[in-house]
Amino acid sequence: MIAVFKREFAAYFVTPLGYAFIGVYLLCSGAFFYMFTLTSGTASVGSVDVSVMFTLMFFVLMVTVPVLTMRLLSEEKKNKTDQLTLTAPLSLFGLVMGKFAAAFSIFLISTAVMPIYGLILARFSPEHFRWAVIWGNVLGLIMLGAVYVSVGLFVSSLTENQMIAAIVSILLNIAFLLSSVAAAYVKTGFVSYALTEISLLDRYTEFTVGIFRFSNMLFFISLTAIFIFLTVRMLERKRWN
Amino acid sequence: MIEVKNLSKRYGANKAVDGISFTAEDGKILGFLGPNGAGKTTTMNMLTGYISSNEGQALLNGFDILENPIEAKRRIGYLPEHPPLYLDMSVDEYLSFVYSLKKSKMPKRSHLNEICELVKIADMRKRLIRNLSKGYRQRVGLAQALVGNPPILILDEPTVGLDPKQIIEIRSLIKKLGKNHTVILSSHILPEVQAVCDKILIINKGRIVADDDAESLSANLSADRKLVMQIEGGLDEIKKLLSSVDRVERVTVGRETEPNVREYEIEARPGADVRRDVSKKLANRNFPILMMKSSELTLEEIFLKITTGDIYGHTETPEPEETKKAEKPGKAPVRSKGGDRKK
Repeated sequence: MIAVFKREFAAYFVTPLGYAFIGVYLLCSGAFFYMFTLTSGTASVGSVDVSVMFTLMFFVLMVTVPVLTMRLLSEEKKNKTDQLTLTAPLSLFGLVMGKFAAAFSIFLISTAVMPIYGLILARFSPEHFRWAVIWGNVLGLIMLGAVYVSVGLFVSSLTENQMIAAIVSILLNIAFLLSSVAAAYVKTGFVSYALTEISLLDRYTEFTVGIFRFSNMLFFISLTAIFIFLTVRMLERKRWN
Repeated sequence: MIEVKNLSKRYGANKAVDGISFTAEDGKILGFLGPNGAGKTTTMNMLTGYISSNEGQALLNGFDILENPIEAKRRIGYLPEHPPLYLDMSVDEYLSFVYSLKKSKMPKRSHLNEICELVKIADMRKRLIRNLSKGYRQRVGLAQALVGNPPILILDEPTVGLDPKQIIEIRSLIKKLGKNHTVILSSHILPEVQAVCDKILIINKGRIVADDDAESLSANLSADRKLVMQIEGGLDEIKKLLSSVDRVERVTVGRETEPNVREYEIEARPGADVRRDVSKKLANRNFPILMMKSSELTLEEIFLKITTGDIYGHTETPEPEETKKAEKPGKAPVRSKGGDRKK
C-alpha cells in the first residue's frame, strides 16, 4: 500500500496534474478569500465571514477533484500496468487505499492554505476572528474532499478512458448536489426524504455556517467508505469477467 | 512447482480455457505452445491471479491462487505479453517501486544491481522507460519479474519484438534461470520452445492437445517418413512400380518439373526406410532418379498437424456448443504420449 501511495503521489508531480490541481485550488480559494472575505461588505461592518469562500470551494472541488482522480485506475487498465499491481502480493484493498491516499494527500496539501487565511484574519481583525470557524470549515472541506476522491476513484475503476472517468465523476458529484433539488419534485415521501438526506451541499453548508453535527461527519465518512468498498468490488468483479 | 487441475475459463458461452491440467516441476522449463487465441495468455493470467478461473485449481508451491492469493503471488514473477511498465518512471525508479510492491526482503541495492546485470540494462538505469526501445522495455519487463527472486517465473512470449541477437540472449538467460526456478513460458514460435524448454504443452482452442518432453515430441513427429522424388519416365508405369515396393503405403503424383519428369511423394509405413528398395526397383527398370529427399516434417507442419488433430489421432471437429457441453461435462483434457501416434 505504501509503495502504491509513493508511486502515485510522485506521479502527480511528474505530470503537471498535481501542480495544476494545487494551482487552481490556491487561485480559486485566494480569489474568493479576497473578494468575499477581505473586501466584501460584511467584512467592512466588522464581522469576519469566510462562509462564502468555503461554499464556493464546494463547487470548485466538485469539478477539480475528478481531474485529480481520473487516471488513478483507468490508466493502469489502459497501459496494462494493472497486470503488475494485481499480480503483486498486495490485497485489492491495499491497492485502492494506496491510490486513495495519494490523491487525498494532494488535496490535503492544497487545503493546508486555509489556516494561512486564518492567520491573516487573526492579524487584521483579532476582535472578530475565531479560529473555531476556520477549523470547522476546514474539517467540512476535508470530509467533502474525501467523498469526492472516493467517487472519482470508483468511476476511474469503471473505464479505461480518463476523460470519461473525469466527466462521469463530475456528473455524479453534480447528482449529489442536485439531489435535494430533485427531492422537491418527488411526491413519494420516503424517496423525497432520502434524496434530501444524501445531498452533500446541505450537509456541507452546515459546516460553513458553523454548525458541527456528528451525523454529518458520519455521513461523509460512510459515503467515502462505501465508494472505496465499491471500487474494491469493481476490481474484484473484473477478474471474474 | 505448479500444479494445475482442470482449470477452465469461460467468457460468456465461449470457453477460452477448457479444463486443462498439468504440472510444472522445479528446475524445469515448461513451454506453452499454441496459435494465437489458443488460451495461453488466459491460462497464464489465471495462474498469476490476474483473472479468476471458473473451474479448477492452480497451486503454486502448494498455495492456491484463489484461496491464498497473497502467499501464492509472493512466489511468482510474471512477465505479461505487454510488459507492465510505467512510462513516466526511470528504470531505477520503476524497479525500486516493484521491489517495495513485492515487499522483497532481499538487500535492495545489490539485488537490483544483480538483476540489471543479468538482463543487461545496467547502463539504462537512469533513463525514462518512455525513451527505451521495445527490446529494452522487454528486458525491463523481465527484470521486473525477477525482482524478489520468486521461485516461479511465468513469461508470456518473452522474446516477442526482439531482434535475433536479443532473442538468443534472452533465451540463454531463460535457460540459465530455468536451472533454479520453475519457469513457464509461452510462445507461438516452435523452434523457440524447442530450444529452451524441457517439456512442451501444445494447446489449441483452450485444450491441451499434446503434452510431452521436447526431445521425444520432436523425435516422434519428425520420424514421419516421407520421400519426395523426381523421376523421369512414364507416369502410370512409375506409379505402379512405386506402389508395388514393400512397405510403401501411398504414392502421390506431384507436378511435372521438367518434360517427362514428375515429382512423386511416397509415404512409407511408420518407422520403415524404403529408400534402398525404391531406388533398386527404379534402377532395374531404367527409370533415372533425378532427386530423392526424405521430407521430414518441419516444425510448422508438425504444429499444424497436431493442432488439426492429424498426428495424435484426435480431430478437432467443430461441434455445436450445446452438444459439446452436454456430452462432455468437465471432460478431462485429451492427453496422449508421443508413442501412440497414428493409430
